[in-house]
Amino acid sequence: MSAATAPTTSARTAPRTTPRPDAAPRFTWRSVPPVAFLTISAVYFLLPLWWLVVSSTKSNSSLQNSNGFWFDAPQILENLQRTFTYDGGMFPRWVLNSILYSGGAALLGTLLAVSAGYVLGKFHFRGKGLVFGGILAGVLVPNALLTIPLYFLASAVGLVNSPWAVIVPTCVSPFGVYLARIYAEQSIPDELLEAARVDGAGELRTFFTIALKVLAPATVTIFLFVFVSSWNNFLLPLMMLNSEELKPVTLGLYGWQTYRGAASYDIVLTGALVAIVPMAVLFFTLQRHLRTGLAAGSVKG
Amino acid sequence: MTDVTTGPRRTAGGPGDRVPAPAAVPAPPARRPARRRSLPWSVRLLLLPFVLFFVATFVVPIVYSLWTSLFSVTSGGGLGLSKSETVFVGLENFARVAQSDAFWTGMGRVLLYGLVQVPFMTVFALVLALVLDALMARVKKLFQLVYFLPYAVPGVVAALVWAYLYVPQLSPVVQLLERLGAPSDVFLQQDALLLSIANIATWSWTGYNMIIILAGLQAIPRDQFEAARLDGAGELRIAWSIKIPSVAGAIGLAVLMSIIGTVQLFNEPTILRTISNNIDSQYTPMMMGYNAVSSDPGFSSAIALSMALVTGVLVFAYYRLSTRLSR
Repeated sequence: MSAATAPTTSARTAPRTTPRPDAAPRFTWRSVPPVAFLTISAVYFLLPLWWLVVSSTKSNSSLQNSNGFWFDAPQILENLQRTFTYDGGMFPRWVLNSILYSGGAALLGTLLAVSAGYVLGKFHFRGKGLVFGGILAGVLVPNALLTIPLYFLASAVGLVNSPWAVIVPTCVSPFGVYLARIYAEQSIPDELLEAARVDGAGELRTFFTIALKVLAPATVTIFLFVFVSSWNNFLLPLMMLNSEELKPVTLGLYGWQTYRGAASYDIVLTGALVAIVPMAVLFFTLQRHLRTGLAAGSVKG
Repeated sequence: MTDVTTGPRRTAGGPGDRVPAPAAVPAPPARRPARRRSLPWSVRLLLLPFVLFFVATFVVPIVYSLWTSLFSVTSGGGLGLSKSETVFVGLENFARVAQSDAFWTGMGRVLLYGLVQVPFMTVFALVLALVLDALMARVKKLFQLVYFLPYAVPGVVAALVWAYLYVPQLSPVVQLLERLGAPSDVFLQQDALLLSIANIATWSWTGYNMIIILAGLQAIPRDQFEAARLDGAGELRIAWSIKIPSVAGAIGLAVLMSIIGTVQLFNEPTILRTISNNIDSQYTPMMMGYNAVSSDPGFSSAIALSMALVTGVLVFAYYRLSTRLSR
């Protein structure tokens, strides 16, 4: 009996639920606590950013003497000008450095990870499990364990205080290889590769003209991950770089805060806001790709 | 190369052609025996660069830190005029780490920190994900974006902004709390510091973990909930018995990465040190290792390796605990 009713019920409910599986339930008082919880959480996450935006429009004195959560004689342009020209115009250099290091690491890292992931996903060879296992284990290696000896190695080969000492270690993304491999396995049909070979394309050409196009979404995701992790990097450049002209923006702001203290609150805050802008732009335009990458990580677990 | 598909050959060469092959090709040949031959050189050329970079930035540094940890630099005394010497000292650097009060105090501090921060953040992320998953789709996108936003803020910038929000002269939050009777160093007094650091990390990473968990939740087939509802299960029951078990793997992975990050705590205390005298240069093991890098490289390497060892033990313990619990 129950076996007979089950299909009918589901058949009856199916048309209602299938078109919009997430369809909103009607308003009920019971939904008030969860929505309140979400809203309070949102305030917590937004508050520091709101304070940052408001504060970056203030002078050093009104930073300390006005309501912190609201504007007071906004002077964002003066602050920007002061930040960009302070210390003989160091700040724009730092931003440019960050863009160069992150862009360079992301480009190089994406190419390395995607090509390796493609080979691991679409070819079979002896020792493949070992290679992939070794790379995956890299995800778990604590950064600290690597950064300290990387500094010794860099100083041994004379790379300390060179951009390469920052770019090369950050561009290596084991997680990127993992993503590229899954994506290659799932989205490049063997037949496509066979057909390319039949048409006489070499392996390299097949990769660059065909596989890379199919892998484009994974490529964007990996690029973003490497870019973000490089932009956020602090310990590695702190160790590797000591001239002011080579610092990325995170390190530069830290230096201002350390050595200028209270006198530089305004420029540090304005600089902090500027340092977030490139990230925010990437984030809003490409966040779908970021989330895909994170989702792939979660499915694995 | 060898057996191409049966049937009329489609123009599969075009890069735009992304039609899923299995659907289009009648009866795909049973899993073609893998090409287990050695790779053509051109394919190796695609794999090799990453492997080389990986070896150079992962394998070599680990081996090199093992090597340097066995030596000690003794300065010949004086004003740096006499040459410093590097001497082999065996495991002495590790003995120094093991006997260092500063190291264990710092380690105890980060572990205590982790014991509070990791569970709190994970539960916070899980609850946010569950509520978002159950609630209306229209507001979901907006909230999701707001919670994920801190991920776009570099860790150092987040720490700087929060540090300023802890400074009584600058912070409207402190000013508000003062009016309620709190002391002006409410966030920066010795006892509160770890919580203040935990707050920064929680702010930065909760959204990130929430997105991972939410992705897992949304991969659960919806008809499971429908079936449970027909059986009379409420939303809480569904969350507890279906949703949470389905994302246990994702949560486990998030906790694992948080444990690894906890032992290396560095950025937040380093930034807070610029505004508080209650943080010294050996506040965490990583800060200690960083400070010894140029003066005492062998010791610094030994610290890094010891931290990795502690991390390994914790990860192993966590793994045992979670497999036992899931049984």
